[in-house]
Amino acid sequence: MPMILSIVTFLPLVGVAAILLTRAMASSSEAPGLDNRARWIALITTLVTLAVSVVLVAQFDASNPDYQFVEYVPWFAGVAYHMGVDGISILFVLLTAFLMPLCIAASWKPITNRVVEYMIAFLVLETLVIGVFTALDLFLFYIFFEGGLVPMFLIIGIWGGQNRVYAAYKFFLYTLLGSVLMLAAMLYMFATAGTSSIPELAQYAFDPNVQTFLWLAFFASFAVKMPMWPVHTWLPDAHVQAPTAGSVILAGILLKLGGYGFLRFNLPMFPDASAMFAPMVFALSVIAVIYTSLVAFRQTDIKKLIAYSSVAHMGFVTMGIFAANATGVQGAVYQMLSHGIISGALFLCVGVVYDRMHTREISFYGGLTDRMPRYAAIFLLFTMANVGLPGTSGFVGEILTMTGVYQASTWAAFGAATGVILSAVYALTLYRKVMFGQITNPKLNDITDVTPLEIAIFVPLIVGTLWLGIYPAAVFDITQASVDQLVTTYQSAIGG
Amino acid sequence: MEFTNALSIATPELIVVIGAMVLLLVGAYGGDKARPAISLLSGLVLIGAAVASATGPLGQAFMGAFVNDSLAVFAKVAIYLASAVAILLGHGWMIRNNQARFEYPILILLAAAGMSMMASAGDLISLYVGIELQSLALYVLAAFNRDDAKGSEAGLKYFVLGALSSGLLLYGASLIYGFAGSMAFDDIAAAAAGAHGTSLIFGLVFLLCGLAFKISAAPFHMWTPDVYEGAPTPAVAFFAAAPKLAALVLIARTLGEGFHVIEDQWRQVILALAVLSFCVGAFGGLMQKNIQRLLAYSSIANMGYALLAIAAGTTVGVKAMLVFMVLYMVDVTGFFACLLALSRGGRPITQISDLAGLKQDRPGTAIVLTMLSLSVLGMPPFAGFWAKVYVFGAAIQGGLWIFAALGLAASVVAAFYYLRLIKLMWFDPSPGLTDPAPRDAQWVAYAAAAFSFPLVLFALGWLDGFAGTAARALGLG
Repeated sequence: MPMILSIVTFLPLVGVAAILLTRAMASSSEAPGLDNRARWIALITTLVTLAVSVVLVAQFDASNPDYQFVEYVPWFAGVAYHMGVDGISILFVLLTAFLMPLCIAASWKPITNRVVEYMIAFLVLETLVIGVFTALDLFLFYIFFEGGLVPMFLIIGIWGGQNRVYAAYKFFLYTLLGSVLMLAAMLYMFATAGTSSIPELAQYAFDPNVQTFLWLAFFASFAVKMPMWPVHTWLPDAHVQAPTAGSVILAGILLKLGGYGFLRFNLPMFPDASAMFAPMVFALSVIAVIYTSLVAFRQTDIKKLIAYSSVAHMGFVTMGIFAANATGVQGAVYQMLSHGIISGALFLCVGVVYDRMHTREISFYGGLTDRMPRYAAIFLLFTMANVGLPGTSGFVGEILTMTGVYQASTWAAFGAATGVILSAVYALTLYRKVMFGQITNPKLNDITDVTPLEIAIFVPLIVGTLWLGIYPAAVFDITQASVDQLVTTYQSAIGG
Repeated sequence: MEFTNALSIATPELIVVIGAMVLLLVGAYGGDKARPAISLLSGLVLIGAAVASATGPLGQAFMGAFVNDSLAVFAKVAIYLASAVAILLGHGWMIRNNQARFEYPILILLAAAGMSMMASAGDLISLYVGIELQSLALYVLAAFNRDDAKGSEAGLKYFVLGALSSGLLLYGASLIYGFAGSMAFDDIAAAAAGAHGTSLIFGLVFLLCGLAFKISAAPFHMWTPDVYEGAPTPAVAFFAAAPKLAALVLIARTLGEGFHVIEDQWRQVILALAVLSFCVGAFGGLMQKNIQRLLAYSSIANMGYALLAIAAGTTVGVKAMLVFMVLYMVDVTGFFACLLALSRGGRPITQISDLAGLKQDRPGTAIVLTMLSLSVLGMPPFAGFWAKVYVFGAAIQGGLWIFAALGLAASVVAAFYYLRLIKLMWFDPSPGLTDPAPRDAQWVAYAAAAFSFPLVLFALGWLDGFAGTAARALGLG
């Protein structure tokens, strides 16, 4: 299929056009059936996008470490429309395309006002996120990276909870501040290297002193996005206020943009600075893992607890990336993919009870196993995956990153390992409080178990988690070549 | 021969000036009946002048006092078209608000003549004449609604402070003349390279103060919020676009042709103006309640960015300034067109809170305003993002990366107030229905939004080329 990357990236916009068209043809914006039509169009579009991205992965030549499906059209002033994927980015495209239909399905019943706009926002977001992973031009990357803020701002601000406006502002301004520093660094790189092509910039040897500043500028952006301690404070607010599907996308994909950025920019382009700052990243990551795990333990809101647990899990990713050996980077990529599925599923689990009871207070719940046995099983599976139980994808990611980090820094690996225990503490406590015991709250007496629609949403996630946990080679086969090349180039650049 | 040659170089200005005079006579005899015809003809005169300057000969005239190079042509085409849009926007609005008088398009014509004089100024005399011709027309436009207290206040304030700044400018010009012994930029450049470099700085600082006032760069911005608030909205839409470009081109030309030798000295002044402007613009806008005051601060901040590009002192910097200003002019014109299209109960919308809930009531306008807000905020892929890429790219290339980082940080602060507009329109409930929108303003708004995204993605390659040619005319490094 020619131009398959452009197709995958911009296909969701076709859905947007279709939704706008049905709306324009309707007699009034209040016309009945308009909402349902928007839902169906969005679902079909995201499913087709998923199908195309599966084709993309099937056609991908895993033995080739370079960019594939490259499209290049010169634009203006040296900027080009330049797309391509390698073994690192292609799976994120698939992850995005995989989570989006689930998000649309999860919003089917809960979202009842301004459905048309909601679906448009999600489809635009999908284009922008996939674009981040497929763009090979600095400015194109920045357009997609930054553009994603707007639909997310609207999703939180319009369909969010009580304190949505505050959360939306905080999310937007926090990320924007990080991004503009990155923009400054990009402009500098463009001016110095004379190219905005990411593959070419990865070959360009920046002066080591300059690298320090450029590294910090990119770090500012990606660390906020990740998010790393101490710039993670926007995340719990954004998660708690966002609608369920918004949280799923936020945790499942948007956080991965930070890790992807580290792999695409910081490590290959500024190897000297990366080596210099690696201890700092390890320190911040260990703090993130331990501190946010402890914070998660103290939360009274289920969503907030999972949000903090996301920060902790992202700590493993940053450590693995800056361990800069094949094991660590593989583990980091794996951990990001696995966390994308698990955290998405956990937020969907919260969404299930929230839609029924309209509260996320842990103390409100208790003894749900009695009334919701199937839900209890699903929630248990993902709780265990979050803790890193062998057999689930969470285990593979954590063990690999820790092995990789151990080679780079024993202390950091030691710190991270305590994080594994702490994650068991907060996750199991949450499960015990919500699920076990007797039902003490009379309001819970009539709560119903998961509906067939909800089960249909969970099944792909369950399959994904277990499959990745049992057969991790599915991922490694694809990422191996590109990761090896990244690590080899990096090691030779720092002379190690 | 030389005289006719000079006249052919100045054809666009002649078209505008003669057009203004003739239409003034038509108005004086025809009265208000002739108003629609005068508006239409003024627009045609401007479009004719734009065509004439795009196709006319390049060269110097009147012994170097008038320069028509590709920079001047670029500026003039933009100025004439922006003025024509201002007439289009003003015509309907003035009728709807019972302020219509036939002088409005003629004043804009006269201002356009002044602005194109500024773009073509080759010595200090034509610089001053151009500025005064433009300013006098603008003072009258600011006070156009003479029965309104705020309007009169705006006009008076603008006039008094404008006269003060003209005084500073003249004082600077006379100092420069005293030290250089000539009015022409070429001779000044020679003097700056010789023994008088340091003394010329005295004159230059005063000159720059006067010019900074015209583009409302901080700390000479005090008049801007009051004038923006008090003057009729279409007049403000005009103030915010073309005159700024004319003054910036004038600054770039004066500095680039007359003073490029003492670049290190004037760069400090321009950088101070730039940093103060985008900081004042970003922080000052945070607490505003009136939309036009908010836009005043927004324009102060944006002038800071344009000055930052000039401070780079390179061809790339001037090119960045030109691209930035064209994209900014489209955004800001669209923004004002939205405001002109909005009224509630027959009264124009003035407060930011009046925008609440616009999404339900007027989805089209709300989407356009959202796009333009995002554009001015600098979000990709909108036009404003590319404008910032050009400006900060030029600044970083010129070694001013600390100032570029400061500017970007200020743009995050300013992002707050653009986000507040979006929040009001999309998240909040509406206080009541707005009146049906007038066609003219609405179409201008739609066109601006369409340009801001996606047309800009196609137009940029083309704009980049023109601005590059224009910037090379100054012959900087």
